[in-house]
Amino acid sequence: MTVSHPSSASTNHLSVEAVSKHYPGQIALETVSLHVERGNYVVLLGPSGSGKTTLLSLIGGFTLPSSGVIRIGGQDVTDLPPAKRPTTTVFQDYALFPHMSVAANIEFGLKLRGLKADARKVRVSEMLELVGLGQHGERSIQALSGGQRQRVALARALAVEPEILLLDEPLGALDLALRRQMQDELHRIQRQMNRTFVHVTHDQEEAMALADLIVVMSHGRIEDMGPPRRVYMRPATRFAATFMGESTQIEGRIHAQDGQVITLETQQGFLRGMAAPAEGAMTDTDTQSRTWCIGDKAVAIIRPENIKTTPDYGQAIGQALVCETVFQGNYVRVFARSETGQTFVLHSPARQVPASGDTITPHALVDDITIVPAQEG
Amino acid sequence: MSAVQTRYAGGWKQLICKGLTATYIAACFCFIFAPVAVLVLFSFQDGRLPVPPFHGPTLHWYGQALANDRLLSAMGHSFVVGAGSAFLSVVLGFLAAYGLARYRFRGQALVRGILVLPMAVSYLIVGMGLLVMASWLNIAPSLWLVCISHIVINMPLAFAICSAQFNPAQVRMEMAAADLGASLPRVLLQITVPMMAPALIAAFILCFTLSWDEFLTAFLLSRFDITLPVAIWGLLRGGLNPQTNAIGSMVFFGAAALALGAEYLMFRKKSS
Repeated sequence: MTVSHPSSASTNHLSVEAVSKHYPGQIALETVSLHVERGNYVVLLGPSGSGKTTLLSLIGGFTLPSSGVIRIGGQDVTDLPPAKRPTTTVFQDYALFPHMSVAANIEFGLKLRGLKADARKVRVSEMLELVGLGQHGERSIQALSGGQRQRVALARALAVEPEILLLDEPLGALDLALRRQMQDELHRIQRQMNRTFVHVTHDQEEAMALADLIVVMSHGRIEDMGPPRRVYMRPATRFAATFMGESTQIEGRIHAQDGQVITLETQQGFLRGMAAPAEGAMTDTDTQSRTWCIGDKAVAIIRPENIKTTPDYGQAIGQALVCETVFQGNYVRVFARSETGQTFVLHSPARQVPASGDTITPHALVDDITIVPAQEG
Repeated sequence: MSAVQTRYAGGWKQLICKGLTATYIAACFCFIFAPVAVLVLFSFQDGRLPVPPFHGPTLHWYGQALANDRLLSAMGHSFVVGAGSAFLSVVLGFLAAYGLARYRFRGQALVRGILVLPMAVSYLIVGMGLLVMASWLNIAPSLWLVCISHIVINMPLAFAICSAQFNPAQVRMEMAAADLGASLPRVLLQITVPMMAPALIAAFILCFTLSWDEFLTAFLLSRFDITLPVAIWGLLRGGLNPQTNAIGSMVFFGAAALALGAEYLMFRKKSS
């Protein structure tokens, strides 16, 4: 019989344990913990100043933490310089070596690892093929477009076979069409190489398209983390709900709790919804670590696609006057406001759009409503 | 018809303006280069004095100058002192600029100030100071001392040129190289120096030219082995002689070739 090892750290590829980073008069990160399995695509998502780039820089070794421990593959790397860590970084401005050809850029790290010239050549052409730049090896960096530079930076960082690839807003400098294309490329490359990627962005669409695990950050803390679907549909906090996309947010007080179903007393009447999961929950139903008290302030979060105006669809949420409709192609965004000042945003099929000034009765299923604690401050 | 006339008048005005500008530029160049032209012209003088009227041309004085061992060895000394002091000035200036650009520390502004301060100190003071110190330490005047004085004079210049060329994009390139496993010396030699090559070459050439030209400290700090300006000064004490014109012309054309070569090198690098 084998005895399973008690330490859970050994199963995690990347462990960030209670890491803080303080600058004089400023807290960049406050007791952040993060555990990532091998081969996962992790996206650190947050507004500027949320600490996501600081966290990436700490994992890469460019910044040292004020406290806490970082482990990669079980090994404590907290005090190791970037060169000694099994990580490489793709920088926001790519940081390619302008005096070297494309191939020489990719070869740089391989030379330092003492690979023979033949092996290097093979590896460089493999990497060029991987990023779709097969014929561009001898080109100079200056002759490349933004998207091509991005690919070279990726190839250079992946050539040395890092355990973890760190990407600092890698698509930020590209235009929208190219960004979506590179997203797909990144996803393909990550699957193909089967490596752990940690990617920083402020674009929630990019995060949802790429991530196995989204980490939503704000003010140096992790607000929520989990699979994209869970974080979007069942956010753990109001901030995560707001940052992940549009929603109708109805404030109220907790009236009753029955298992995971919470009844909220609002100005729109009683509203039943699902309790928010714990931060870091992998599934919708993991709510164990939360404590709810009757009378506490809370907020009901409803995504626009989950509000219908048809009767007999879950519970009715008062009545509201349509103030504005915005045509979006395959749907119409409808903004409405109730007499009590509650605003609603919902997506309506293009065929049956209510006109401005119409009165609608928004409906939503209990399962589509998430109750999150009202944030302090 | 009147419109045509105005345009015509405007054309004249423009022409006059252009003419004046051209004349002004020509006058400026004339002012700068006339002495050099005169120097070069009278190096071909067929006579004992490099003064008008011009007779010749002859290459006699060039032959004389190249046969003059004293002048040739002085030229050799100048070359060694120039190359050596320029190289060390650029190395020291580059490292100082690198340190100040890449690290934050207390008293940074003070260090920067002290580094460029020698630029404001007159050559005479630098030369005398070194002379006093050398005699205090019982070191005889020599080309080594001249070399040191030229480093003192030129290092701040090399530092300023390098400082102006550092930017944040390079920091990330260095970070990328370190991230891929390069040690600091390797990052400096394989990433920073090649990226800075145009600035470093320009700084080297400037330092070399200034050292090649420098008379005052070279005069104060040398004894038996002398540099070219000191040798020319020695010749001039014996009166005007087309031989000095010949050596001066050679120095001028050498320096001009060097400058053009450097410009060509840098231009070719940029356009590729």
